[in-house]
Amino acid sequence: MDCAPWSDLPEPSVTYVPATVTRSAKIVVAGGFGVGKTTLIGSVSEVRPLRMEEPITQASAGVDDLRRAPHKTTTTVAMDFGRIHMAGGRIALYLFGLPGQSRFQPLWEDLAEGALGCLVLADTRDLDASHDALGLLDGADIPYAVAINAFAEAPVYPEEELREALALDADAPLTVCDARDRTSSLHALITLTEYLSEHRSAALMESRR
Amino acid sequence: MSGPRRDPDMIRPYVRTQGRIRAHDDVRLESVVIAATGPTDTLAPDARRVMRLFAGADGGLAVADIAAALELPPSTVRILVSALMDSGHLASPAPAAEDQPDFDLLQEVLRGLRSMV
Ligand SMILES: Nc1nc2c(ncn2[C@@H]2O[C@H](COP(=O)(O)OP(=O)(O)OP(=O)(O)O)[C@@H](O)[C@H]2O)c(=O)[nH]1
Ligand SMILES: [Mg+2]
Repeated sequence: MDCAPWSDLPEPSVTYVPATVTRSAKIVVAGGFGVGKTTLIGSVSEVRPLRMEEPITQASAGVDDLRRAPHKTTTTVAMDFGRIHMAGGRIALYLFGLPGQSRFQPLWEDLAEGALGCLVLADTRDLDASHDALGLLDGADIPYAVAINAFAEAPVYPEEELREALALDADAPLTVCDARDRTSSLHALITLTEYLSEHRSAALMESRR
Repeated sequence: MSGPRRDPDMIRPYVRTQGRIRAHDDVRLESVVIAATGPTDTLAPDARRVMRLFAGADGGLAVADIAAALELPPSTVRILVSALMDSGHLASPAPAAEDQPDFDLLQEVLRGLRSMV
């Protein structure tokens, strides 16, 4: 019998999903670097937020150069996540954070599949940083709301200007939150979920026409 | 015999996942599984590590929880969990009676979030 080197190590402690849970759901929290994704997930999660790491292999040269220079690089993408239990312990809602760069597209597809929707965090000091996330979302057909994470030093703009700068759909909600504050973060998630609910009713009406 | 060499990045996950190369579509990062029964001594090391996490468990774990605890890539864990469901070692939690027939997950989540503020 082979005995792997890890076999004597204690496994890390885990927080089990309560035995009452029969259903799970997921919301993705996206946005540029340092915009507050990890902070928001940590403020609402009922368990210590955890992190997973996915190595992604990419051609380091342009596709055309692949045959001549088949160099590949492996980058590790970290995704953190938290968990909330609800409905009398019957539902586990998972919140996954993902940096919104388009080079993470392969991961994005795994994450987006089956997601209820996505909360995009934005910082008014660098609205361009949100464009990659928004572009991925438009491509993936996943409904989203945008929350401006209100850093004290960040400039405040009128909603219309923000919508224009972010090129937001007229019906996508735009709200403001403080990711460090649990209630404020929950309100941003509620804004998203209310929209998802309306969005779905609208889609149902459409399909019945 | 010649031919394109196999990509080592492809081989490694294949070995780790007991020959399974794709996850079930409905085994997602947030999918919760619970331990069922089955001998674990014939399992490959990574699969055994997954099952070891459930020893003495008083609940389930999502694919993401397993990936974080074992420091394995979530894409690999999706496949491992799919294989362990096929072999009967892991199962989905039984649906509760009140889940049927028109349980509305989105409305329940909305209600749940509202009740937290
Ligand atoms: N003032 C202020 N600081 C914040 C707020 N949200 C987050 N921060 C701080 O901003 C920094 C970055 O926040 P993170 O939550 O790590 O951001 P992130 O989006 O997870 O960053 P990456 O994972 O590196 O892309 C941290 O030092 C936070 O404490 C906020 O609402 N207001
Ligand atoms: Mg982060």
